[in-house]
Amino acid sequence: MTDKIISAKNVELKFGRGSEEVVALKNISLEVGAGEFVSFIGPSGCGKTTFLRTVAALEKPTSGHILVNGVSPDEARTNRAYGYVFQSAGLYPWRNISKNVSLPLEIMNYSREEISKRVSESLNLVELNGFEKKFPWQLSGGMQQRASIARALSFDADLLLMDEPFGALDEIVRDHLNEQLLDLWQKTGKTICFVTHSIPEAVFLSTKIVVMSPRPGRIVDVIKSPFPSSRSLEIRDSKEFISISQRVREGLRSGYDYNENKG
Amino acid sequence: MTTMRIRAKKFLKTIAEKILPILTILFLLTVVWYFFTIYLNSAMQIDKYNKQGISWNISKLVLDTMSQERPKLPAPHQIAEEIWKTTVEKKITSKRSLIYHGSITLSSTIVGFMLGTVLGVVLAVSIVENRAMESSLMPWIIASQTIPILAIAPMIIVVLNSLGFSGLLPKALISTYLSFFPIVVGMVKGLRSPDIILVDLMKTYNSSKVDIFFKLRLPASVPFLFTSMKVAIAISLVGAIVGELPTGAVAGLGARLLTGSYYGQTIQIWSALIMASILAATLVFSIQAIGYLVSKKMGYTNEEA
Repeated sequence: MTDKIISAKNVELKFGRGSEEVVALKNISLEVGAGEFVSFIGPSGCGKTTFLRTVAALEKPTSGHILVNGVSPDEARTNRAYGYVFQSAGLYPWRNISKNVSLPLEIMNYSREEISKRVSESLNLVELNGFEKKFPWQLSGGMQQRASIARALSFDADLLLMDEPFGALDEIVRDHLNEQLLDLWQKTGKTICFVTHSIPEAVFLSTKIVVMSPRPGRIVDVIKSPFPSSRSLEIRDSKEFISISQRVREGLRSGYDYNENKG
Repeated sequence: MTTMRIRAKKFLKTIAEKILPILTILFLLTVVWYFFTIYLNSAMQIDKYNKQGISWNISKLVLDTMSQERPKLPAPHQIAEEIWKTTVEKKITSKRSLIYHGSITLSSTIVGFMLGTVLGVVLAVSIVENRAMESSLMPWIIASQTIPILAIAPMIIVVLNSLGFSGLLPKALISTYLSFFPIVVGMVKGLRSPDIILVDLMKTYNSSKVDIFFKLRLPASVPFLFTSMKVAIAISLVGAIVGELPTGAVAGLGARLLTGSYYGQTIQIWSALIMASILAATLVFSIQAIGYLVSKKMGYTNEEA
């Protein structure tokens, strides 16, 4: 039981009512095991972010069951089971970097010594030590996003939910952060759910790729990656990488009706 | 040597960029003012010449229009002279000292402003934290500002007087009545300013409403509070002056304005007005300076408070 970090069965989620009704998630069944790196990929409106928010108990499914760490998402949240990283870094401008990282720890009533220990550990993991006293505006976009990852890591939850964390960054920075993230994942053994728009990013990072499609938001394909958990950017030129990318692309295309998009 | 030169250069640049534009406008205003002084006062001056049979020419006329005792529009130097006489040359305790009157108005401004700020913040917090409060209070808060203050001020004074409150408090309450409004509006906006993802982030930590308020909403609202306070303190001064008008108050800038208008003392009126605007500017700049220091301390250095 403990091996299944997330298990979803026939999860359905609707927004609005009547003619306004939008089916954001339909028939989502998925299992995520401990230590997996799962990417969710699909066009906008396919429900990948909504699914992540459902896992985080920020949205409630209309029907179906979802368990996180074997309990309901609400309970998992109370147990502080996960750290969440949003698309924008969302750092507090009035707190310096170490104060931003300590925010969840303050809310969770950690002792002062514990807080300073955990802050320096988390900043170490994202290679931001030395920037404790800097304010967010003094950091580049990539560094801000690393600080927000440190914040999500600080209370040592086993599950990391990441919603397009590198979507707003340029490709060079993104490549670098992808490598860092893989490194961090191997070091900490955390389970990561990662939402992205980018096929190479999904294929490069994941042990499992979930391809989704909009209207209604559903899973069209689940691809297991053949790559070992320790990998470098060079694998992107390999044959397997290209063939998996192709399969992802086909999955995306099959679920996507271009005419429907006009409405 | 070089640092000295750089500093001198910086200083000159500050003057050129900040002070020069202000002085230019001041100069233009003064020129326009003198023109209107001569233009508006000349009719009465010519009348006087004709009655007393004095022969005159243009230069005599121009000089005389600028030294009348009760001009329609006093010349700037007459006002400056009056201000000098009633501030520097009078004892502060004197009933004719503008500093004495100014300090009376200032004290009720400050008291009213502080009450208004506290009231505004309390209302804003209750509005943001409680939907029912928003729908029941907000329309009344807006309606309160549609009543002309000149109409309601005497009523407030009369009612409070008959309840036994006189002196500073009734005037301060008029300032409060005016100043709480921008504070409410600004603080509601400020408390709601955090991005939705920041609120969601707090939720993922399973944080309480109290945590969300003190760790997110309150600090996020600080820049909004200072912006509102700048508006609030300026209208607090207006409120205090208006509060001094209908009561037949014997002291305060409002009383100065009123007695001036009874006796046609335009120079006195204008000097009280100038004093009031100097006071207002000082107050607004003080708030701005405090806001700057606070925001710098908080780390908002790249943003204006």
